[in-house]
Amino acid sequence: MSTINNWITVCSDTDLVANSGVCALLKEQQIALFKIKNATDEQIFAVSNWDPIGKANVLYRGLLGSVQEAKVIISPLYKQRYCLESGQCLDDNAIKLVVYPVRIQQNQVQLQWVA
Amino acid sequence: MSNLINVHNGNNMRIVVVGNGMVGHHFVDQLIQENILSSHADNDTQLDVVVLSAEPRLAYDRVHLSEYFSGKTADELALTTPEYYQEHNIKFALNAKVININKLAKTVTTAAGDVFEYDKLVLSTGSYPFVPPIPGNDQPHCLVYRTIEDLEDISASSAVSKVGVVVGGGLLGLEAANALKEAGLQTHVVEFAPQLMAVQVDNGGGRVLRSKIETLGVQVHTQKATQNIEAGETCRYKMCFADGKVLETDMILFSAGIRPQDTLAREFDIAIGERGGIVVNDQCLTSDADIYAIGECALWNNFIFGLVAPGYTMARAAASHIIGGDVTFQGADMSTKLKLMGIEVGSIGDAHARTAGALCYTYENQPLEVYKKIVVDSQQKKLLGAVLIGDTSDYDTLLQYALNDIELPEHPESLILPAGADAAPTLGVDELPDTATICSCHNVSISDIIEAFDTGSCNLADIKSCTKASAGCGGCEALLKTVVDSELTKRGVEVKKDICEHFAYSRQEMFHLVKVGGIKTFDALLAKHGKGLGCEICKPVSASILASIWNDFVLKPDHVSLQDTNDTYLGNMQKDGTYSVIPRIAGGEITPEKLIVLGQVAKGYKLYTKITGGQRIDLFGARVDQLPAIWQTLIDAGFETGHAYAKALRTVKSCVGSTWCRYGVQDSVGQAIDLENRYKGLRAPHKIKLAVSGCTRECAEAQSKDIGIIATENGWNLYVCGNGGMKPRHGDLFATDLDTETLVKYIDRVLMFYVRTGDRLQRTSVWMENLEGGLAYLQQVVIEDSLGLGAELEAQMQNVVDTYQCEWKTAIESEQSRKRFRQFVNSDKSDLNIVFVEEREQIRPATESEKELFIQSKSSQSQSIESQETELAIELL
Repeated sequence: MSTINNWITVCSDTDLVANSGVCALLKEQQIALFKIKNATDEQIFAVSNWDPIGKANVLYRGLLGSVQEAKVIISPLYKQRYCLESGQCLDDNAIKLVVYPVRIQQNQVQLQWVA
Repeated sequence: MSNLINVHNGNNMRIVVVGNGMVGHHFVDQLIQENILSSHADNDTQLDVVVLSAEPRLAYDRVHLSEYFSGKTADELALTTPEYYQEHNIKFALNAKVININKLAKTVTTAAGDVFEYDKLVLSTGSYPFVPPIPGNDQPHCLVYRTIEDLEDISASSAVSKVGVVVGGGLLGLEAANALKEAGLQTHVVEFAPQLMAVQVDNGGGRVLRSKIETLGVQVHTQKATQNIEAGETCRYKMCFADGKVLETDMILFSAGIRPQDTLAREFDIAIGERGGIVVNDQCLTSDADIYAIGECALWNNFIFGLVAPGYTMARAAASHIIGGDVTFQGADMSTKLKLMGIEVGSIGDAHARTAGALCYTYENQPLEVYKKIVVDSQQKKLLGAVLIGDTSDYDTLLQYALNDIELPEHPESLILPAGADAAPTLGVDELPDTATICSCHNVSISDIIEAFDTGSCNLADIKSCTKASAGCGGCEALLKTVVDSELTKRGVEVKKDICEHFAYSRQEMFHLVKVGGIKTFDALLAKHGKGLGCEICKPVSASILASIWNDFVLKPDHVSLQDTNDTYLGNMQKDGTYSVIPRIAGGEITPEKLIVLGQVAKGYKLYTKITGGQRIDLFGARVDQLPAIWQTLIDAGFETGHAYAKALRTVKSCVGSTWCRYGVQDSVGQAIDLENRYKGLRAPHKIKLAVSGCTRECAEAQSKDIGIIATENGWNLYVCGNGGMKPRHGDLFATDLDTETLVKYIDRVLMFYVRTGDRLQRTSVWMENLEGGLAYLQQVVIEDSLGLGAELEAQMQNVVDTYQCEWKTAIESEQSRKRFRQFVNSDKSDLNIVFVEEREQIRPATESEKELFIQSKSSQSQSIESQETELAIELL
């Protein structure tokens, strides 16, 4: 893992699966990575993989979707929806996922560590 | 010896009800409702109610009595429970036959000597079956058909009989004949009159009815007067008729009409009609000002009403009079619609055209054995009566014309002619007056439905529970739905069927869009018909529809983003994020070699092992990264995926069948294996389960399955749309004695019709209940091919069968899809949060506190855990 200006490379672009999720391990933290791709748009998101309600490391295996304008990941265990931009759980105001800034640089997926 | 039972409580009015049949119970229920609802409860006078029943159980549904023979239990037929009565402070005594009424002292005495005081007495003693005075009618195996005890006797007699005769070809007689037929007897009906159901049906209708009944294997003998019952030669008895002919039989069931049970009134000087029946007025009061009579024992205007709906109206009138209301009994419409041995029969008003000047229109279709007649007045403006045999779909409309004096269309015959180029003018519900009765069993009119809407009901289910409409015979269900829909539309309620915010369509509409549009991917479907990115509702629905139509590999890149986690990882995700592994064990048949492989896999990967309800073996606790290797081993040993994770065909359960079982009549295991292999992989709105039983003992519990098959001597009986689970439902008998080819054809059609038209997560039971016309409609579509869809449904099913692939086999063959089964894209470590402890010599997921202890000790010990190793926390705790 190389660090350039706080951006840490976690995996290759080709490890991501379009419109689905994978999981990366970074400093013993599990991070779910999602790629939303359609005709007009391609976006990468990174959030903590821990499902705070189901209490298991499974969020990367959830379904991607949208609620109004918000892009969401839906927990595969109990179907709560989390906004991928903010980490906010749309079904419970008190719950929020950690969101990591993420980018693709020279075909490498990089993210910024959030303590 | 007599005991005075004092239920008197201050000012309370004491009501004693003699008899707890359907009408007696309805009376009690009215008081329960009224006492809560009316202002009466605020008065000083409360009611003390005592029910005395001569039968050993509380009220049950006599209308559906013959269903006792198709598996309904006494409990299922019950209309009430002791708990319900107790809850509402209704006192009751069973086996308490009343033998004395003292009108002066106002007491009744039971056979046991108990004396009850009353302020008001209600006689609801019903009727008894009329047994013609034929010499020899009192021998064993000469029975009647009225109570559950009678049915038990019939059942016992049937078990030692081969041939059964019903004396009486009326409505009840044909019900009874159905019961004998269900009990497996060679059945005859003997009728004195020249035709069947002479009261309700005209000559022409009787002829068609007879022909249809004979097609079902019941022999009909009309114009036969039995003179003598003597010992038989080939059977137990021989019936000798006036015309010199004889009929041999093992048992005889008398159902030659009913007589009012008026003995008590007769003996204790209450007015009786010339030919029996307790005389009552519009309030159902007898000649004694404190004694009422209701139901089949009561004679109103010189007429006995032998149907349940008028009995209920009498119960309401009597209850109302007692508590100071103004409901009266004004006679009743004796129109009736029913199904006898699966044959639809309807009779309205003046079926015999006895009104002066009456004219008839008749339609008869001999090939289909359908007969319809309407009787109109001389001006051809009003409908007086109707007879419908073989097709009662016009009944509701015709009844409304008759009851509400609605002016007939210009060509009244159009009401019964088949819908051709000029479809029958339908009577819009908007043309019905608000007073029109929709449900005659519970006396629910359109205005009652409007009132229910005004007080908060907002859909069909609400209306049903609030008004009880269609909870009686159920005949008005379709009409009720139309009225409710029309009222909803009037109120500006748009009945939305959108499955989610991304698609403004129902599942059925989406299925159509995909099929007609030749759409093969979710992206294309979304671009063309949806918006946004989709969600947990529309994505799996689309995946299911695409799979049902095109049957592609579910993990093809185009589809992978659609599947919920269970379909993506081809296993059921458990609470800790691990998966279960359930290979297919078709029909529950497995070789020792394969059992050993399952054991070795479970042992090797330390998986928790359990036998499922569907006769397979469930292996729990596999981490996502272990799944490909586990499945590789299983597939190499000849297993394939069990689709336990999918909304798809799950299992076909079987009993051991004729191969081994002493009782089996067909090879149920072979049939189950064939069916499971045919339908495996079929994606559907919800999971589908099948079962095949090798004989009527039904060890495979097929009647609790979506598709249930029970072997008969002649082939297979098919049951559809049952399920266990949250809301259990027995399957309905769909067709009988099918050969395997026809069986498969029908199942193909039923299942594919369900796949096409079912709503998301709608199991077959709810699906069928929501089909307008229910079981009969499904039978038309599948058996008679009324929509002309049969061949298409079969072809579509054949396509699914032909394109089947084991998803696990395909998944592990491709490096790309194998990659999906990694916990981390950048590490071989495994998820530290998955921790097991040992219980009963197997693993189970650790609780949160157990996990904390384990993870602490583990991380202090070492930073890395080998990925292929499953550690048992118990070793460290």
